[in-house]
Amino acid sequence: MAPEPSPTSSAITLHINGEKHHLSVDHRTTLLDALRERLDLTGTKKGCDQGQCGACTVLVDRRRVVSCLTLAVTAQDREVTTVEGLADGDDLHPVQQAFLDLDGYQCGYCTPGQICSAIALIEEHAAGWPSAVTPDVDPDATPAPLTPDEIRERLSGNLCRCGAYVSIVQAVAHAATTHGRRPAPTTEEGAA
Amino acid sequence: MTTTPPAHRSVGTARTRVEGRDKVTGAARYAAEIPFTGLAHGWLVLSTITRGRIREIHTAPVLDMPGVLTVLHHGNAPRLHTDYVGLLGVPPDPAACLFQHDRVPFAGWPVALVVAGTPEQAREAAEALTVTYEEEPHDTALTADHPDAYVPEGGMPAETSKGDLEAELAASAVVVDEEYTTPEEQHSMMEPHAATARWDDGRLEVVDSNQGAGWVQGELATLFSLDPAAVRVRSEHIGGGFGSKGLRAHQVGAVMAATALDRPVRVVLSRRQLFSLAGYRSPTIQRVRLGAGADGRLRALEHRSLNQTSQVYEFLEPSAGVARVMYDAPAHRTAHRLVRLDVPSPTWMRAPGEASGSFAIEVALDELAERTGTDPIELRLRNEPDAGPVSGLPFSSRNLAACFREGARRFGWQDRDPRPGLRREGRWLLGTGTAAASFGAGAAPSTAQITAEPDGSFTVRIAAADIGTGARTALTLIAADALDTTPEHVRVRIGDSDFGPAMIAGGSMGTRSWAWAITAAAQDLRERLIPGTAVPPDGITVRSDTTAALGALSRKERHSFGAQFAEVAVDTATGEIRVRRMLGIFAAGRIVNPLTARGQLLGGMTWGISMALHEEAVRDHHTGAHYAPDLAGYHVATHADVPHLEADWVDDHDPDDPVGIKGIGEIGIVGAAAALTNAVWHATGTRHRHLPLRPDRILTAAPGTKGEPTKRA
Repeated sequence: MAPEPSPTSSAITLHINGEKHHLSVDHRTTLLDALRERLDLTGTKKGCDQGQCGACTVLVDRRRVVSCLTLAVTAQDREVTTVEGLADGDDLHPVQQAFLDLDGYQCGYCTPGQICSAIALIEEHAAGWPSAVTPDVDPDATPAPLTPDEIRERLSGNLCRCGAYVSIVQAVAHAATTHGRRPAPTTEEGAA
Repeated sequence: MTTTPPAHRSVGTARTRVEGRDKVTGAARYAAEIPFTGLAHGWLVLSTITRGRIREIHTAPVLDMPGVLTVLHHGNAPRLHTDYVGLLGVPPDPAACLFQHDRVPFAGWPVALVVAGTPEQAREAAEALTVTYEEEPHDTALTADHPDAYVPEGGMPAETSKGDLEAELAASAVVVDEEYTTPEEQHSMMEPHAATARWDDGRLEVVDSNQGAGWVQGELATLFSLDPAAVRVRSEHIGGGFGSKGLRAHQVGAVMAATALDRPVRVVLSRRQLFSLAGYRSPTIQRVRLGAGADGRLRALEHRSLNQTSQVYEFLEPSAGVARVMYDAPAHRTAHRLVRLDVPSPTWMRAPGEASGSFAIEVALDELAERTGTDPIELRLRNEPDAGPVSGLPFSSRNLAACFREGARRFGWQDRDPRPGLRREGRWLLGTGTAAASFGAGAAPSTAQITAEPDGSFTVRIAAADIGTGARTALTLIAADALDTTPEHVRVRIGDSDFGPAMIAGGSMGTRSWAWAITAAAQDLRERLIPGTAVPPDGITVRSDTTAALGALSRKERHSFGAQFAEVAVDTATGEIRVRRMLGIFAAGRIVNPLTARGQLLGGMTWGISMALHEEAVRDHHTGAHYAPDLAGYHVATHADVPHLEADWVDDHDPDDPVGIKGIGEIGIVGAAAALTNAVWHATGTRHRHLPLRPDRILTAAPGTKGEPTKRA
């Protein structure tokens, strides 16, 4: 039921997972609803629809956003990557593979958001972005290793109510290592 | 059949989830994600008052809004048959039985369903719908001395009692007599409830997110007075349940609207709607009295618990039940009370009773350990019962002591200085604590069917539910062993009421119950397969029903047990608590899949952190509604709150149980909040008895203010 272009709707083109989609959307339509309700890309999940759980996290121009708080019209001319666009054919993305191998999920509903968020955080860390637990935020400081505490801090916008955090952190650390990133221990005792 | 041991042995080996690839690629479709042609969308309208009567629903302006197809409410909805007892032995929650009268018994009660062509149109129209009410005064506050408290009837006994409590307390060298409270807690599963209903050639089909497809099918058939065979419920992937996903308003609304419009209708609850429509764990006010000799041996144990329920539905949070299993004393009393308030109906939530009850009793035991100068583990071992304290029945297996011994060794408990408030590291005070855990190991009748296919593979069909537990994978391993084949030759199909009656994913009984049925069917099938004879093109199918076998099981106290250990760091200047590590050792029967089992146990422990530190649904008693009912106002533990946790298990064998599985979905939370709270006492020297351990409670409980700072006896 695509509305005709009007003062409250527009015809837009979305670039999603390397494919172009032309659609007409109500201006209020979120990127999340455009994906799920209009394009049948249901891998991106709706957990709260108000930016509080992270289940709807996708990558827009390789940066993670919560798609429930992103209007679809603002995603025009940007590269949107969803969980459906991460694998290379039958070859899973290393983060996907690590979640599968290390059981980094239970019900699976937060999983697409966790995976998209994890991919972005690994890149953010590699680019030298500090987090709240980074000990030295001087731009000239040597990049701190991607420790489990760094992963926890950077993934805290993604809730997992099943409580799979321990294995999610292990999966992300493992994937970051197999990415060629700085190795990080997969088990340790947390620091206060 | 053969007398040689089976060649294939999958149970006990770590296996990744059979649906794992679908879950990490986004291919796994949950209830709201399965496309239907001509789908319409329903949005519930909830009451804005807490108690009263609907005066008028102004539907006309809304029916003129774009895309709106209908507005269902008490004036036009079909009458439901609600006077029945369902599969789990309880009547339906009236909050799910939509639009049967004009009364409003709590804030957020469903008063209308707006159905439109798109979700946006439905939501906009629902928000535009004007409903006027006659409002009445309400009471939403649970208080320890509430005058309307009563003894509930039905279900488990509300009270148990033996011995002379007052005499034993008077004769005790040490008495602990304290009140403990836990707040309202919300399931907060990641996937909101969602259902799509449609009529297909005279048959009602519902695609739903639930913990038991057959359970919901039976409830819907009864409510709508339909032949059960004319109702099919499917629930393939479920984004968490934790007790909340049974019969709820979304399914009933979808069925009503699909019937009225004769087209498929989907109803998805919003995150905020979940807070009043999806159940919750009642707040509890618990009183524990322990009397002991100087050696810590109990002479008297009393555990009383008060909780709330709604005006329309009785649900008991059986918090005092845990003492009926864990500890004995010559004088032993447990008692429950309920208060009906103008609040939503509570329900089962992960370890109902045990989670909140273990907080009270296990903190009380830590207080007894402190006052008698006994090591907390030694205190518990001295009070190990030989038989069920109330039932007198033998335990099928009780390996609590083994859990404590193994846990103490791995946690480094023997090096612990019992004195509180001594360990400082910068701004942090450090402490460790422990607590015991138990959870019932039950099974319920289930049916399964297995087909031997001509290509040598097997198809298992059972109306099981995998709400994230790994049940689908576990049942694959169970079936492979029972069929003496490899998991690759077994397809397990679940989540479809057409597969026949089966236990729900609940009570930590799902995998045990389903495994029993699958094992029975597999044994039957193997006897029918004649070596060297081809399987016919349609395969060979057998069915099992465990009703008789379950009835023949001897009566015993059957439970999982566990020992929880925690280390915390507390900053008494900011009130911040950081969990440094936790270890849980469990005796939980046969572990089918160590990979997913560990996740279940760690998930429960993570819930324990969340319960201890964060979770508290706050009700504004002036309006009667929740304050900030969302995931920003209701905190659950996130990544940064959860350090590396460890869970492991000891051998736990029950010789007269043909399955040996005890269930692992709930025991992980039991005792976890108590272990953390006891660790906070060890860190700070201040005893906390009210959850959650908010920063303000830590700040205001500094010695000399409140919270009864204690010194070692």
